[in-house]
Amino acid sequence: MRQWRVEVFNRPGLVDVQGGRVLSDIRELGITSIEAVQSARVFLIEADFDPAFAERVAHELLADPVCEQYYLGRSGPPAGLAKATLIEVHLKSGVTDPVAESVMAAIADMGVRPDGVRTARKYILLGEIKPSQIDTIARKILANDVIEDVVIGDETEPPSPHLNAYELNIAHWPIRDLDDAGLETLSQDKDLFLNVVEMRTIQDYFRRLGREPTDIELETLAQTWSEHCGHKTLRSAVDMTANGTQIHFDNLLKETIFKATQQLNKDWCLSVFADNAGVVEFDEQSAVCFKVETHNHPSALDPYGGSATGIGGVIRDPMGTGLGARPIANTDIFCFGTPDKSLDEVPKGVLHPRRIMKGVVAGVRDYGNRMGIPTVNGAIYFDDRYLANPLVYCGNIGLMDRTKVRKNTQTGHLIVVVGGRTGRDGIHGATFSSAQMTHEYETIFSHAVQIGNAITEKKVLDVLVQANDAGLYEAITDCGAGGLSSAVGEMAKDLGADVDLEKVPLKYAGLGYTEIWISEAQERMVIAVKPENLEAIQRIFAGENVEATAIGRFASDKKLRLRYNGQQVGEMDMDFLHDGVPRYSRQAVWKQPKLSEPTLPEKDNYNDDLLRILSSCNVASKEWVIRQYDHEVQGGSVVKPLVGVANDGPSDAAVVQPKLNSPRGLAISCGMNPLYGDIDPYWMALAGIDEAIRNLICVGGRVDRIALLDNFCWANCDRPDILGTLVRAAQACYDGAIAFQAPFISGKDSLHNEFVCEDGTVIRIPPTLLISAMSLVDDIDKCVTMDLKKPGNLLFVVGRTNNEMGGSHYYKIHDALGANVPRLDLDLAPRIAGRLSAAIAEGLVASCHDCSEGGLAVALAEMAFAGGLGVAADLRGLPKSRDCSRTDAQLFSESNSRYVVEVAPHNYDAFAKRMLNLPFGQLGTVVAEPKLRIKAQDGKSIIDADIGILKQAWQRTFDW
Amino acid sequence: MQEVRAIVLRAAGINTDLETEYALELAGAQADRIHINRLIEDKGLLEQYHILIFPGGFSYGDDVAAGKIMANQVIHHLSDPVRKFINDGKLVLGICNGFQVLVKAGILPGGNGFKQEDVTITCNDSGKYEDRWVYLAPQTGKCVFFDPGQRLYVPVAHGEGKIVTKDDEALQRLRSEGHIAFKYVDAEGNEGPFPINPNGSVDSIAGLTDATGRVLGLMPHPERFVRRTQHPHWSRLGEDLPVDGIKIFCHAVRYVRENLLESCVAQPTADVAACGEVQAGP
Repeated sequence: MRQWRVEVFNRPGLVDVQGGRVLSDIRELGITSIEAVQSARVFLIEADFDPAFAERVAHELLADPVCEQYYLGRSGPPAGLAKATLIEVHLKSGVTDPVAESVMAAIADMGVRPDGVRTARKYILLGEIKPSQIDTIARKILANDVIEDVVIGDETEPPSPHLNAYELNIAHWPIRDLDDAGLETLSQDKDLFLNVVEMRTIQDYFRRLGREPTDIELETLAQTWSEHCGHKTLRSAVDMTANGTQIHFDNLLKETIFKATQQLNKDWCLSVFADNAGVVEFDEQSAVCFKVETHNHPSALDPYGGSATGIGGVIRDPMGTGLGARPIANTDIFCFGTPDKSLDEVPKGVLHPRRIMKGVVAGVRDYGNRMGIPTVNGAIYFDDRYLANPLVYCGNIGLMDRTKVRKNTQTGHLIVVVGGRTGRDGIHGATFSSAQMTHEYETIFSHAVQIGNAITEKKVLDVLVQANDAGLYEAITDCGAGGLSSAVGEMAKDLGADVDLEKVPLKYAGLGYTEIWISEAQERMVIAVKPENLEAIQRIFAGENVEATAIGRFASDKKLRLRYNGQQVGEMDMDFLHDGVPRYSRQAVWKQPKLSEPTLPEKDNYNDDLLRILSSCNVASKEWVIRQYDHEVQGGSVVKPLVGVANDGPSDAAVVQPKLNSPRGLAISCGMNPLYGDIDPYWMALAGIDEAIRNLICVGGRVDRIALLDNFCWANCDRPDILGTLVRAAQACYDGAIAFQAPFISGKDSLHNEFVCEDGTVIRIPPTLLISAMSLVDDIDKCVTMDLKKPGNLLFVVGRTNNEMGGSHYYKIHDALGANVPRLDLDLAPRIAGRLSAAIAEGLVASCHDCSEGGLAVALAEMAFAGGLGVAADLRGLPKSRDCSRTDAQLFSESNSRYVVEVAPHNYDAFAKRMLNLPFGQLGTVVAEPKLRIKAQDGKSIIDADIGILKQAWQRTFDW
Repeated sequence: MQEVRAIVLRAAGINTDLETEYALELAGAQADRIHINRLIEDKGLLEQYHILIFPGGFSYGDDVAAGKIMANQVIHHLSDPVRKFINDGKLVLGICNGFQVLVKAGILPGGNGFKQEDVTITCNDSGKYEDRWVYLAPQTGKCVFFDPGQRLYVPVAHGEGKIVTKDDEALQRLRSEGHIAFKYVDAEGNEGPFPINPNGSVDSIAGLTDATGRVLGLMPHPERFVRRTQHPHWSRLGEDLPVDGIKIFCHAVRYVRENLLESCVAQPTADVAACGEVQAGP
């Protein structure tokens, strides 16, 4: 067998985009001696074709005839350039290489099927450089150690990754005679992340069975009982001491978040906390489901791959809900360290926040865009406590038939795995994501990183939609954390299953039965198929080159039996697997921190403060990110993430039209403010709920059909003080849901977001609760956007401004935290939301924007520059509490439930009537002159700024 | 009444087939979404249709280069039926990834046989994928998909949309032989740098047509602007704001009705509400 090497370069004189990007990244690292970077794509093709055919492949397929030239074989450094460094980046053995798969198929289309294709990237660095700098460049810019190998200046071809066939060798992991220390050692040695109580429970089980467990049995238990899959903390019993009083929960989740949903008992909630996503009614025929997941640990190690598989994974949740939904929108919310850190401020084992951010955005972009799902809503939040634990929340909404909300798995149905093949990727992802990170994790857990291929998932989606329409399967779920062990384990929970692991299609030889069972290889779904439908469904799948393989059968005895080539390798009771996990009783403590308000001087003019807040990372325009996402694919876009006269203002929420022939829309939003959590996570959580709901109301969402999702990202909750903050937030979720009559329909948590630095210091993320929300829009033609519309229109503020500067961005730019955190008025907030929603539905509102980060001043500035119009405002018209006398508080307080509303003069009476008995006041008017002018209580001008300058400040931070 | 039939070609990674089908139906055509494998299995299938659409997406992941793998499939499996389709006087439209496929298969700008020679589409100068709205100015009167006097406002969403020619001579030929269908311009109709020209295309070229004027490829997405509420700031504009994207489909449907259907002349066309402006023509 011959290996052909083809190198593809840009033609001289044409822009080398990839090389240029690498060069600018090198400069960003502070290395200035490199003058130019050339990049090349490398293809290694194993095939017996003749040189003429190899030439054809290079010429017709691999190299662009206009922009590129190719070289058959290995090209040397460019002639006449002494200082050239050659670096090649190859994928590690076993890592998915989608380009290689496509090239294989394309060469086959040309008439010859090659035996193997691999791809690599080659870089030629021109200029003086030290070996240590080469290493830095390779590690920080060109390659990711986790999935790639770097070859510097080497002439030998990397070896073919042909792996040896696997020979069955059943491993027993004796447990029955171990003492506690032995149990802990076993758990640690095998990366099970099970604690000693859990290990004892397992020990008892196998003592009762009278035998030792096999490796696959312990691994299955570890996956199923992991925090990631089981939510042990949120479901545990908690004894909480809060400011001296005792509270007890038998099951924290059931008595807070879930309880609210049960009490509200909305008939439009079709399936909540029961399936892969929460399902609510959309219209008479259809339902929508929504799920938000996190993919934090993988994104910390491999930002691109981690976030791509994060979005890829959450898309499979709606696809695996009920009998399957068609994904219609993505959301993404990220938390990063501040991007302007110098390299030496970043702890060892941690990637630079800028690299993480660029990689994460690119990962979501490439996967979401390829799937053809619009990414319509998101937020990015910066705090240095996210430096080592970036948070990557990915959400997906799907549209489904109302009659297909339930699964119907039965004894005798076949277990069919559909989609991607299984490889060694993602082993131990579920247990890994439940663990604390350290500087050594990069190497230890490299195998936990999964590699995605969006096109494989798109193909799976395309055929599943057809098979679903044809009614050819009875149940579906996705292969996520825990791989087949979780998917089959969950589907067969009430039935039992027999699985023949050797039938699972593999990417390459050599995988053991346990690896097959727990691999988190991407783009796989599991469906339950009646034996008589197997042929028909396989025909549909094969018609679009998708593999579907029966690997077993659902049983009736509630036992999970795992076999390899007919030999049993594991057997467990489903009841033990799913209900055997010991119930925990945890201690939690909450004590109000002793904080005080800073003493900042009052000023005559706040232009500078406003400009600083506008350009602060959290508030600044995220257009750089948003435009990289396709937010219009599927044609359902109604309110886009960027709105206004120049299509660049910050929309409050997105509205999509899921069914192109129906005027009904879906509004989608989020809310989050970790800064408030440093004062009190209870008020933080309520502020998040209010913010998410405000955003829905602003665009015209219905107030009576709001569904919420919670995503808790916390530090290690084994510490009572940290668990205390989580309990506070969960209590707030209950109170907020009841107050707004807005049930939670789905949720997820990611705990243990801590990092142990080399010197032992621990970096803990702040309590971070993401609230995602969606609601219906009856008529998309009535939607409202936040940009000012017309000079002469009146501007109102609805909602009361209190002296609540604690955790505000105004304090943040002055390096203070404060104490007076915004406290949601649970009685007033829903009333304001309801009345405003009605006013918008009646067409009385020209524009509407909520006051959030940066308060009133930022909201006015954003409305003005988005609309290209000015504002004449007077704070005497601002509804405010008595203690809110300071001008800076009136401008920048972040009190909840406040909306700035633009109303045409002829609608004044009708609007005012709607707002009767609510705190509302006329703040001013919209003017043609492009200036934001705000007068203080005493009538003096305190902000007077050109909207062009405000907009520039807001846009320049991420003008990347 | 005989129907205008359109085929929207699916393949792994094609992801705008649903909204393209919807746009065609709004414009009065009967559209089917068909996987390329079906066409390869049954080459006669194409005969039933009047309009062939290569829609947008990321065919085969855009691996190797955007549209390249699907173009390779077209060249090796479908060149005869596609050539016959064009020679029969029928219409071909490539949108975004579909345009990339048409260029890389050599169907556009078109020449002797299917082979890519002088023109390609490559990475945006910005180095990244971008979704933004652009104005298009028609450059020729011979393409059946649009009215030469009418500027269009539509979105682009791509990472590889920069049109490049092999040399100046090739560019001259595109100009002189009328292959340039659209250029990127600003609201006043002037060419300019990024973001007016969102990808750095040579001569601000946004779309190409072949010698017949019946094959059109363009980077922007007309199927994403077939209703008023898809405009990026429709909430500022009146009820009567012009909906530009649908016009491309309406022109195609009208052309088929008037030229390819048997009872062409007497065809009533005013029944398609979405095409009001287009149908009211001469």
